[in-house]
Amino acid sequence: MLKRYPLLIALLVLGYAFLYLPIISLVVYSFNESRLVTVWGGFSTKWYVELFQNGPLLRAAGLSIKIAAINATIAVVLGTLSALALVRFRRSRGHASLGVMSAAPLVMPEVIVGLSLLLLFVAMEDLLGWPKGRGQITILIAHITFSMAYVTVIVQSRLSHMDKSIEEAALDLGARPIKVFFTITLPMILPALGAGWLLAFTLSMDDLVIASFVSGPGSTTLPMVVYSSVRLGVNPQINALATIIIAVVALAVLIAAISMYRQELKNQRKA
Amino acid sequence: MMNIIGRLQQRLQPLVPGKGLITALPWFWLALFFVLPFLFVLKISLSEPQLMQPPYQDWIREVEDGLVTITLNFGNYMMLWEDDLYRGALWGSFKVASISTLICILIGYPMAYAISLAPQYMRMPLLMLIILPFWTSFLLRVYAWIGILKDNGLLNQVLMNLGIINEPLQILHTNIAVYIGVVYTYLPFFVLPLYATLIRLDNTLLEAAADLGARPLKQFISITLPQSFAGIVAGSMLVFLPVMGEFVIPDLLGGPDTLMLGKLMWTEFFSNKDWPLASSLASVLLVVLVIPFVIMRHYEQKLADREQ
Repeated sequence: MLKRYPLLIALLVLGYAFLYLPIISLVVYSFNESRLVTVWGGFSTKWYVELFQNGPLLRAAGLSIKIAAINATIAVVLGTLSALALVRFRRSRGHASLGVMSAAPLVMPEVIVGLSLLLLFVAMEDLLGWPKGRGQITILIAHITFSMAYVTVIVQSRLSHMDKSIEEAALDLGARPIKVFFTITLPMILPALGAGWLLAFTLSMDDLVIASFVSGPGSTTLPMVVYSSVRLGVNPQINALATIIIAVVALAVLIAAISMYRQELKNQRKA
Repeated sequence: MMNIIGRLQQRLQPLVPGKGLITALPWFWLALFFVLPFLFVLKISLSEPQLMQPPYQDWIREVEDGLVTITLNFGNYMMLWEDDLYRGALWGSFKVASISTLICILIGYPMAYAISLAPQYMRMPLLMLIILPFWTSFLLRVYAWIGILKDNGLLNQVLMNLGIINEPLQILHTNIAVYIGVVYTYLPFFVLPLYATLIRLDNTLLEAAADLGARPLKQFISITLPQSFAGIVAGSMLVFLPVMGEFVIPDLLGGPDTLMLGKLMWTEFFSNKDWPLASSLASVLLVVLVIPFVIMRHYEQKLADREQ
């Protein structure tokens, strides 16, 4: 069908160019000898060497990875529960309000989420004595709150497109609901859980605004370090960091694509 | 008696493990950490700033034992109403959010439509290419535009080498840079839901129209476009709502005349340490966003029903 509309193809190609040219320029200039990012001074990997000697940045990266991994794990559990509740238990109490509460974080401006959580944490410390001050725990709670909304969307769409007949058959044969969930539902939605985990991890690694509001002294995350460096202008070390992140993401996507392709082949052979 | 116990059981049912717990656990998490905090924003927005930790006065104060005074301070809201700066920021946010949404529609619709018409085996990879930038850091992608748009940046160099311009254009630190950054960042949020709508459209109508001799453009305008309206609105709101409060893009790419609510709130909070004023800005933004949010939910519901 598409072949008949050359104009549409041209617009599509232009769109992709718009999306990818900035990313390519980031990568290219990370190998630039010159500090002036826009003047090509020859090939060099010295910014990578400097990046790996940048102590504060590496420490912040370590903290961000730790928070992101814990965040993703908890967000997948809560997000999956929420998706199950939304798709399967339409009659249960709180269904409508859960729907609204899990859609809102996706579009809520980050400044509002950050400020409101900070005020909550201050009030909680005042009334309950917990959390003491602000730091990793408060960042973690904030990240789980918006990440679980994204996980909910992904799992929800998987659940609503799933063939329910196998589950129903198992229930008819007398399997208990909890067993049905772990032996049938869970394996079927597992790819969605994996995608949700990765997305939650990325969102947490990437968050500057909310973490800035709810972090305390000594809990500086990677985006905060990047932001304070970027505010001062272009810095080739940041280009090197970007290139590493892009390489990791591209590799992960490639592996996922290959394994999906293989799965597809296997299914075709069976059929 | 039995009646009361029965009713109590019904009340407690959401707390009983199993079905109830599945709804209750995420419900309580979101109620506690997403909804409840807004009440504190409202509360602090009505208090007065002070030079202490925390930097606001509680409006419920115990004067003597048992005697409580409540002092509400509407001064923050009065100030937002009277000061040109804040009204300008609200208007600025609205302008940037609506124009960017419009540009996202103009760029994103042809892309989503082209992908939905592509052969089956190409759709997944094309879609992946839309999502992929989203997985690399948002902050770093905004940063990339600094290198491209600045005075001696990539764009100016290319244009000067081609002889199109003689002097570098000032793009970075202007509103144009903000539009570019916003459209670039939020485009995938528009394309994905729209694609999901387009791919599920009923083709029988199109075939009927073709049989009756309608030309492709006519088919598109009278069938595909109206049928995908819900997808356009849902996708637009995914762009419009977060951009209303955007901070990073106006801060890094915008200039002194870029007035937006998110940036102003950040300044009031972090530079001026005026928590009450920042809270009242947040409350105003929140109220403004309710209507577009309700519209979004309405059309999302429509799309979900169509799938059933």
